[in-house]
Amino acid sequence: MLIGKVVGSVVATRKDEKLENRKLLLVQVHDLWNKPKDQYVVAVDGVGAGMEEMVLYATGSSARQTSLTENRPCDAVVMAIVDSWDLGGANVYEKWAS
Amino acid sequence: MYLARVIGRVVATTRSTGLDGVAMQWIQPLDETGEAMGDPLVAAAAISSGPGDLVHFVDGREGALACPETFVPVDAAITGYVEEAAIGAVDLAALEEA
Repeated sequence: MLIGKVVGSVVATRKDEKLENRKLLLVQVHDLWNKPKDQYVVAVDGVGAGMEEMVLYATGSSARQTSLTENRPCDAVVMAIVDSWDLGGANVYEKWAS
Repeated sequence: MYLARVIGRVVATTRSTGLDGVAMQWIQPLDETGEAMGDPLVAAAAISSGPGDLVHFVDGREGALACPETFVPVDAAITGYVEEAAIGAVDLAALEEA
């Protein structure tokens, strides 16, 4: 999995019928130091993530292993909302930091 | 499967169904000399690993098979501790954390 920030939503009226009623998010990938990368992923929202939230997403055939995406043409799914992470004991990201 | 070093921990309370209680950890894949190989990623910890541990991990859909619940959107999972990894006379497990 990789971590990214939800920077937008994707609206597509004409799409594969198996993707109907699935929320698509535009996720900007961040590195482990929380630096944004010039890399974006469109992922099905599996957890109800909101704008600006840091999320974990899974790619490839694993992305189909949710009730929302099973047997659907989907290769990226947001599967967790990140609260915080640390590296070598140092806090890198804290969602609730004031 | 690949060798990796656990380098951090991710806290994510909101998750896809089936992922409750599964630790998410940052890992840095390693090459045969113990040097970093590619970019770090987040893996589900199927064992009770922690930062600093030398481990092996599986990526792709097989990652989910290492989790307690196997129908989960996991594309990388830590599958075991490495006690010894000998390449010639070099024991990678004896190397200090990079």
